[in-house]
Amino acid sequence: MNPLLPFFIITPLVGAFLIMIIGRFIKEFNKYFTSLILLFLACISFYFLFNTGENIFVYKVGGWEPINKIPIGIYIVMDGFNAIVVCIINLVGFLSAFYSISYIKRYTAENYFYALFCLMIAGMNGVVISGDLFNIFVFLEISVISAYALVAFGVEKNELEASFRYQVLGGIASFLILFGIGFIYWKTKTLNIADIKEAFSTGYDRTYYLFVQILILSGFGLKAAIIPFHAWLPDAHSSAPSPISAMLSGVLIKAVGIYVIIRLFFNMFAISEGMAILITTLGTLSMVIGVFLAIGQWDIKRLLAYHSISQMGYVVLSVGIGMILISRGVRNEVAALAITGGIFHLINHAAFKGLLFLNAGAIEYTIGSRNLQEMGGLAKQMPATAATSFIASMSISGIPPFNGFFSKLIIIIAAIMAKFYLLALLAVIVSIITLASFLKFQRYAFFNKTDNKNERKIKEVPFPMVFSMVIMSIFCILLSILVFPQIREAMLSPAIDILMDPSRYSSTIIGH
Amino acid sequence: MIPYIMCFILFLVGLYGVITRRNLVKIAVSLSIMEISTFLFFALIGYIDGGVAPIVDPADPVKTYVDPLPQALVLTAIVIGLATTAMLMAVIIRLYRKYGTFDIREIKNLRG
Repeated sequence: MNPLLPFFIITPLVGAFLIMIIGRFIKEFNKYFTSLILLFLACISFYFLFNTGENIFVYKVGGWEPINKIPIGIYIVMDGFNAIVVCIINLVGFLSAFYSISYIKRYTAENYFYALFCLMIAGMNGVVISGDLFNIFVFLEISVISAYALVAFGVEKNELEASFRYQVLGGIASFLILFGIGFIYWKTKTLNIADIKEAFSTGYDRTYYLFVQILILSGFGLKAAIIPFHAWLPDAHSSAPSPISAMLSGVLIKAVGIYVIIRLFFNMFAISEGMAILITTLGTLSMVIGVFLAIGQWDIKRLLAYHSISQMGYVVLSVGIGMILISRGVRNEVAALAITGGIFHLINHAAFKGLLFLNAGAIEYTIGSRNLQEMGGLAKQMPATAATSFIASMSISGIPPFNGFFSKLIIIIAAIMAKFYLLALLAVIVSIITLASFLKFQRYAFFNKTDNKNERKIKEVPFPMVFSMVIMSIFCILLSILVFPQIREAMLSPAIDILMDPSRYSSTIIGH
Repeated sequence: MIPYIMCFILFLVGLYGVITRRNLVKIAVSLSIMEISTFLFFALIGYIDGGVAPIVDPADPVKTYVDPLPQALVLTAIVIGLATTAMLMAVIIRLYRKYGTFDIREIKNLRG
């Protein structure tokens, strides 16, 4: 029982409540309080990241102890894998909240913005640290309902339309997930992930099992915007206010989509080769189609949103390769390498895609447009934005000293070692197209000839925005040290171990 | 078995509505139908033939009780469903004020 664990959910919930009450009377309360809460959460998530190691912390809500080793309460679980994801959520959340201090001034109703922001963080933290299937659903809904509201925050035509589309598709996804949970409960009579694993290991009907897997995969796939389910993502991510786009793209699709898929398919279902191949195919499709859709875009945030689909494809692809190898039971070290690549890329993507959306927000803040053709020559007037966005662009397209290169390299090496030569080739080609697309972004936004009418009074954005962007770009460079085997071993191997050894998760939690 | 099949058909009816309707409010209604079918499914899996409400009676230990957990889950899910529907209707009202129509064919600023 670690008493710090529930704070990930309690603090932002209380924060959202207090902001609505106190924020009405004290004007500046909301913004600083939100940043403070998220800073606190980021600190305790770092504590967990460095202390979890091989342990699994379990917190039983309400103190309901298991009876005859059957868990009856709601479990909150922290292990090596979700420590990383929680860390990403709260750190990117803190930087986005700090960035909003000056960015969000142009909207009215700041209190609502910060309250919804806190709710979204609470929901995502809840999804990630919950060890209970229905609880995952509840927190998922908390986070996506606040995301729906935040996407529509501008209440103009585009924002409302994007939010409507997001809500319809998100609603369908929720019902598919709920159906899946219902089917699982029907057969196993339990909702605890570890307990479900134990129940499934005693034998099951194959058709039923496959049906449940498909339901869960399509539900969470819709939330994660993997390719056949991606229709809502570009609209929603480009219409939201920029700090929220950074949260949606950098964190939300990972926390409620990719993370849950990985967790459930590794630690709850037994890995089967058919599902593994399906997941790899979906990942490959996302990777390739996402980047082709991104090429023709002239709206910066839409371009970035399509690249999110493509980069998530890399993560799903490499995790899928790992699953295929595990299901065949051969060459476990290659499987471990592929999963390492996937998780490494997940972390990196949060850093550089969050940063890119913050850059896009900074550009929009100064020149009031998102169209690349209306920009140009910003490098002189906005040096900090130009420098940080250069770092982020090079990271996402995989240029050597930055973090994106190393994670892509690991993924490609793993694909070659697993003898998936075609996938490795595709990964390289997609990376090159990504580079082309980001060179276009750099050229049109920062280096092109200055448009005379635009030259007037463009100056660098205020301090909180610059601070967040600089910290993010430092992470973009720093994270590349994870490529060294010793550091990677220390940081990522707890996560890899828990995924590679599916029975350890359940046996540890049941034994608690 | 028949109630389960009916429940699945209800889900498909909702899905069909979401895909084919052109009116925003009708899409919202279809989503609600899908939602209700899911709740119905939960209520069904907790049902045991001849079971009574799960209030334990010490005098009669052999009574059959229905499973209370899905009922608790459905209650939670209904509250969540209320929030989603309210959110969706709020956005629809805003959209109507902007466009003056509920027709989805006329509301497409965003594309590709």
